Amino acid sequence: MAILKTENLTYTYSQGTPFEKTAVDNVNIEIERGEFVGVIGHTGSGKSTLIQHFNGLLQPTLGKIYLDGMDIWANKKNIRNIRFRVGLVFQYPEYQLFEDTVYRDIAFGPKNMGLSEAEIDGRVRRTAQAVGLSEEVLEKSPFELSGGQKRRVAIAGVMAMEPEVLILDEPTAGLDPGGRDKILGQIKEYHKMTGNTVLLVSHSMEDVAKYASKILVMNESRLFCYDTPQNVFRRSEEITQMGLSVPQITRVFDMLRQKGVDLNDEVYTVKYAVGLITEELRKRGKIDA
Amino acid sequence: MLKDITIGQYFPGDSFVHRIDPRFKIIITIVFIAMLFIGSSPVCLEVGAVFCLMSIILSKIPFKMILKSLKPIVMILAVTSVLNLFLITGGEPYFEWKFIKITDQGVYTSVFMIIRIILLIAGTSLLTYTTSPIALTDAIERLLSPLKVFKLPVHDLAMMMTIALRFVPTLIEETEKIMSAQKARGADLDGGSIKDKVKSVIPIIIPLFISAVRRAGELATAMECRCYNGGNGRTKMRQLKCSPSDFTALGLSLLFMIAVIYVNIAQ
Repeated sequence: MAILKTENLTYTYSQGTPFEKTAVDNVNIEIERGEFVGVIGHTGSGKSTLIQHFNGLLQPTLGKIYLDGMDIWANKKNIRNIRFRVGLVFQYPEYQLFEDTVYRDIAFGPKNMGLSEAEIDGRVRRTAQAVGLSEEVLEKSPFELSGGQKRRVAIAGVMAMEPEVLILDEPTAGLDPGGRDKILGQIKEYHKMTGNTVLLVSHSMEDVAKYASKILVMNESRLFCYDTPQNVFRRSEEITQMGLSVPQITRVFDMLRQKGVDLNDEVYTVKYAVGLITEELRKRGKIDA
Repeated sequence: MLKDITIGQYFPGDSFVHRIDPRFKIIITIVFIAMLFIGSSPVCLEVGAVFCLMSIILSKIPFKMILKSLKPIVMILAVTSVLNLFLITGGEPYFEWKFIKITDQGVYTSVFMIIRIILLIAGTSLLTYTTSPIALTDAIERLLSPLKVFKLPVHDLAMMMTIALRFVPTLIEETEKIMSAQKARGADLDGGSIKDKVKSVIPIIIPLFISAVRRAGELATAMECRCYNGGNGRTKMRQLKCSPSDFTALGLSLLFMIAVIYVNIAQ
């Protein structure tokens, strides 16, 4: 059964005022458990609004959301529990830190869940390690840390709730390339270790192509497609028309195809491209087997 | 809930009311407020209501927005009207039961107060709805400039006001974001005892303060980078110039209100 499912999900901001705007329009989607989903879309395409529905921060104007087959709005009192099961890391999450030590900030979520002290301690230490924070950092004030470290503390704060679905809204915005790769690597590692579902909102097509097993594309409040990277990038022309980019390597292969080099497969990672080209060259006898 | 705060919001437009010289608008608003407070007869409120309604229609601001500006004061209205209703015991009683006594004067006063407060808020919010913060500060600066004689830092005060007004919507947006983020971590913002409620404010207030201080620092740097050094020798890109229609508007509204005040005092 799908872990997350939406049915005709529609959300309209400021309904009944002159500022009325439909941000999510009739979205139907089924996300399987354990998937690593890359969510892409233009600014204002509705992706941030969409993900805030998955943990019940926004209530749909129309339509339903199911978590593990259960309508999350069936019982309004239960919505806090939904938020423990679907963790959401906002954009620039470092601005939500407030405790006097990193340890206590990470423990905020688990504490709200009503876990025992021992369990909380275990979770805090585990997640801190998972995002690459050392033991000494735990006793520091979060406000003494560098930007990248703060970001990691904030992400750990949500991870420590061990949600079945972890959603991250552009977790690497404003970080340098080194910090970006590190955080994405840690998220991937978390995904592998726990087997939980991860949704990663990103502007970088390269990142999405590298990590995601499925890609969700939003365009002008509607779901454009939800498919494997291969199938999504097969529609690279439409995606480019939307104002989104496809990975550089996909573009290279599109151009090669136009020049008549027929490599009959969708390419979206450099690693795969190298394999494909080597094989092709070998076939043509240009390099030794 | 936070979306209802409309203080300092500006709705760009090109209506007659938008175009009136901001200095005149401020003067008109002040006189309007004075009229509402001095006026103790229903005539004042009637004239105030007509004046307010006319300005709203002329400004082409949707009526809904005016209603929205009244939303935060519903509680104040309720409390004042209830207090007036029960505490004023003069006049003919309509209803008496044990210590509760409702009289015609009580009803009259509470209705009077409600209308007065509604007009006050509607009229003053119309000022910020139709005047951009920049124009507003320019006007305040000009109106206060005679006080420079007393070494009052008029320019700095005006600048502080603009900045404060400018950041109201930003901080509201920020608060909403932080609230969502803490809710996502399971913060219980609605329920619980008073003690729990106070406690639940901490995760919101601290990040909000930190970000406000950070923003202030960034803004100061940005201003310094553009060589801001206060009002000394600063010229204005947009000079305030009053046109004949401004004087007509000012003259008419002043006449209107001063007459009312006079009638009221003469009574």
